[in-house]
Formats: sequence, C-alpha cells, structure tokens
Amino acid sequence: MTRSILALEAMTVAYGKVEAVHGISLSVQPGSIVTVIGANGAGKTTLLNAVMGVLPAGGHVTFDGAAVDGYSVEERVALGLALVPERRELFSSMTVEDNLLLGGFRTTAVERSRSIAEVFARFPRLRERRGQLAGTLSGGERQMLAMGRALMGRPRLLMLDEPSLGLAPLIVRDIFEIIMSLKKTGVSILLVEQNARAALHAADHAYVMELGEVTAEGPAASLAADPRIVESYLGLGGPS
Amino acid sequence: MDSTIVLFLIQDGITNGAVYALLALALVLVFAVTRVILVPQGEFVTYGALTLAMLDVGKVPGTAGLLIVFAGLALLVEGWSSRNRMSAQLIGRLGLLYVVPPLVIVLLTLWLAPMKLGPLPQALLAIAIVAPMGPYLYRIAFQPLAEASILVLLIAAVAAHLSMTGLCLLFFGPEGLRAAPLSGASFTLGPLPVSGQNVAICIAAIGLMIALYLFFGRTILGKALRATAVNRLGARLVGIRTALSGQIAFLIAAAIGAFSGVLIAPVTTIYYDSGFLIGLKGFVAAIVGGLVSYPLAAAAAVFVGIVEAFASFWASAFKEIIVFLIIIPVLLVRSLTTTHVEEDE
Repeated sequence: MTRSILALEAMTVAYGKVEAVHGISLSVQPGSIVTVIGANGAGKTTLLNAVMGVLPAGGHVTFDGAAVDGYSVEERVALGLALVPERRELFSSMTVEDNLLLGGFRTTAVERSRSIAEVFARFPRLRERRGQLAGTLSGGERQMLAMGRALMGRPRLLMLDEPSLGLAPLIVRDIFEIIMSLKKTGVSILLVEQNARAALHAADHAYVMELGEVTAEGPAASLAADPRIVESYLGLGGPS
Repeated sequence: MDSTIVLFLIQDGITNGAVYALLALALVLVFAVTRVILVPQGEFVTYGALTLAMLDVGKVPGTAGLLIVFAGLALLVEGWSSRNRMSAQLIGRLGLLYVVPPLVIVLLTLWLAPMKLGPLPQALLAIAIVAPMGPYLYRIAFQPLAEASILVLLIAAVAAHLSMTGLCLLFFGPEGLRAAPLSGASFTLGPLPVSGQNVAICIAAIGLMIALYLFFGRTILGKALRATAVNRLGARLVGIRTALSGQIAFLIAAAIGAFSGVLIAPVTTIYYDSGFLIGLKGFVAAIVGGLVSYPLAAAAAVFVGIVEAFASFWASAFKEIIVFLIIIPVLLVRSLTTTHVEEDE
C-alpha cells in the first residue's frame, strides 16, 4: 500500500470542556476521494477545521508522511492542504478575479496566471463573472469560487465541507461532476457531506460519523449497499 | 472678514486637511486589518517632524536611538516566542528582520546627518528612520494580542501612545522644534498669496494617496491586506499570515505618520506631545468615515481642516473644542441609523 497523503490518529477536538470529536483515525490515499458522511452535529466540520489547524486538536495529524501537529493554518496551506469551508469565507467585497488571485497568494505571478486560466477552463461561469463582486454571486457560483480559490494554491489535498449545502439539485450535480473530474488531475479529496447518496457515489472510500465517532468505514460502494447505512442515510426517510 | 481672508483660511484648511486625510487613511487601514485603533498614530508624526528638524541643523536625531530600542525589544519578543524552534535559518531570519535594517539606517544617519544634505534627502532619511518602528511596535505590543477583543487592543494602543510620548520626551527633550521648509517658493494666485510649502503638502498628500490606491488595487500584497480586512479566516485559508498583514499595515501607518510629520514640520512648531492632537483630528475624520470608508474619511479630513481654520480665526481659544464637536452629530446620526451589532469574533 502506498503512503497515505493524510493520516489522522486518535484525533480529539474539544470546544472548552465539551469534546466534539472523540479519537478519530482516518486516512486518505493519494489521488483518491474519501468521504465522511453523517448527520448534522456529528462533528464532521469540526474534524475538517482541526485538520486544517483552524481548531486545536489532540492526537496526531500526518500529511504526506510528516507530522504537522502544532503547525499554523498558513503553514499547512504552504505544505499543500486546502479547505473549502462550509461558510465559503470568500472576500465578498472583492472581485471574483481578485478572490482567485489571492488563492494563489503563496505562488508566483507566473504560476497565478497559469492557475487562473485552468480555473476559468474548469469553471467557465467564473470567467463570465470575473469582474463581479464575490458578495453578489449566487450560491452555486460562490461554491465554485470557493473551490476555484482553493485550487489556485495548487493543493495536494483538497478538503470540501458540505459543498452541496443549500444548492439546487441541478447545481449539486454539477458540483459533484467537478469533484470527480478533479480526481483525474491527481489531487486527493476529503469530502464531508450530509448528502450521503451523492457523496458515496463520488467517493472511493467512506467513513460514517455519529456523535464524534466513526461508526462504520469501508469502500464507498460497499457502504452504499450496507442495509444499515441505506436505512439511516440513504432511505426515503433519511436526509438525502 | 473679506474674501481674501476666506480664501486664505480655506487654503490653510485644505493644507491641514490633506495631512489629516493621510492620518485618517492610516487609521482606517490599521483598524480594518488588525482591529487596532492606532492611538499612537500621532507619535509617528511627532517622530517624523522632530527627526527632520534635527537633521536640518546637522544633528543626529533621537529617533535613531529610539529605533534601536524598538528593534531590540521586538527582537526579544520574537526570539522568546520562537525559543523552542531555534535553528540557524531562524536566527538568520531574525537578524535580517530585526538587526540589519536598524543598524544600516542608524549607521547611515550617523554618516549623513552632519552633511546637511538638503530638504529632500533629509525628509527621506527621516521617514526611513521612523517607518520601521511601525512593524516593530506591532511585534512588541499587538501581535501577541492578535486574537484579543477590540477593547483590549485599544488599551494596548493607549499604553503604546503613552510610552512613545514619554520616550520622545526622553530622546528629544521638552523643547519645540521647527524644520526649514521643503520649498521656500511663494507666489500669488489672484488676490491670494500661496506658499510653496502649502502646495508641496497638497501635492505630496495627493501623490501618496494615489500610490496607496495603486498599491491596494493592483498589487497582490495590497490585495492580501484588503482580504485580511474583509475576511480574516478566508485570508488565513489562502495562506496569508495575519501577523504579516499586521506588520505591513503598521509599516504603512508609520511611514504615513512620518511622511505627514515631515510635511508639517516646516509650518508648525512640534513638541514631544504635539502628535496626539494631530492624530486625534485624523481620528475624527476616520470616525466620520465609520472606520471603513477611505474616500469618506479623506473628504471628512478636508472638512475637519477647513472647520479648524475658520474656528481658529473666529474663536481661536475654542478651536480644538469646535473641531472635536464635529464628532457628536456624526455619532448621533450613526447610532440612530445603524442597528447594533455584537462584536463577532
């Protein structure tokens, strides 16, 4: 087996005295899509924020074989981690183009102009909106901009937090198509989703999180066929 | 009062307003990027003005020693905070940031000061001595508090102001100083005599504003500063270090302060504590701009300057009171028109 691009070992995250993530271990193989599914409040967003260094965490985070515990957010970005957060965190009073250029803040001007051409090729809508302020974009366009901005930094691991949240079904389909096409470029993806059906369809490997713990894991296809998962997350009554 | 006096007062007001506008821009910038209300902004004006006045008479200014003090303290703070990961590379970085620049500037000052190089080189040297104190001040007093509330940052800013005023008294003494004008020219515009210094102040202020506009609109570093102001977490996620943004904002603020000091040193006698009132007037303008809008702050600054000029003509004893009264209706309108927002961290 090849070396994992990301490995979490017994990761714990607490808000004050309340622990939200209880000792999670997880790994992402290079070039694969791994998804973490689970209900609201399971600790998925907390987990991603801790991997990115936004929240302090216990346990160990290894990125491409090197321990990154205690690294700041900026240092993790420099190593090739990128997070597209649930709230997108765009620069709303700046143009689409400026948002993208800032995504490549750590790269050279030449790399930035090459990366922006690639992002525009992948998201033609952003090219049309390049002079518009980010705050005036629609929900789907914001998600595209947030992903485009993260890609501008040429990350090796892209973490997506609920990319389908609040989007119309047609746009969700577009976003997932883009996620699957990104995999072909060699970037590894850690995807957190409530939309379990779409996430399991896109992913190679999956983890199910409940109340801060991993309760099931395995190849995405076999989890999608597991009756318990089907009942809790894919059934008509569950969130879809 | 005839039209000549009116024109003269307006000229005076615009000149002062131009300087207040620069200070207001610096205050808005620093607040937007770091949430610090930069009370010591005026001290940078004093430092710049007194430095130029000393260079004018061929003496080594006290700010050269002050720069060493600032750099030394910043080096101590930075060294202490990274004591657990000392490496040759880190020591090299510390030297490059905290030892080499002050040393070069101070040696240059010792060498150039007795030569009396003339107004322009002296002005540049004065700015070069004062500007690096900005990032050092940020490293010493504000970077360790980066996550603190606005109130805590304000208290630290007041403390920085008081210590910087005290240091100024220590290094320059209580005497007021005035520098030779950058331009001795004067001419008449219709009935109005215009001094070259006033024109120089306005042109320099407008030039600096254009330069700042280009910096924030065109360069990636300027955009990164704006991004930090708009969304701190977003900025961190693209790899912009909050500390770097803070240091650059303070560098620009200190440079603007020193620049303003150099501009007004020939028209006003500056004492060790003069900067505070000058900074406060920039602050009035910044408040009118709501601490967010640059054009509004700049326009308000010119208004403050003109009000001040007329106030000193009609009721010079109440000049400062009248200027600071401007802030009351503005605050009143703001508090009535905006809904209260909890500080969101």
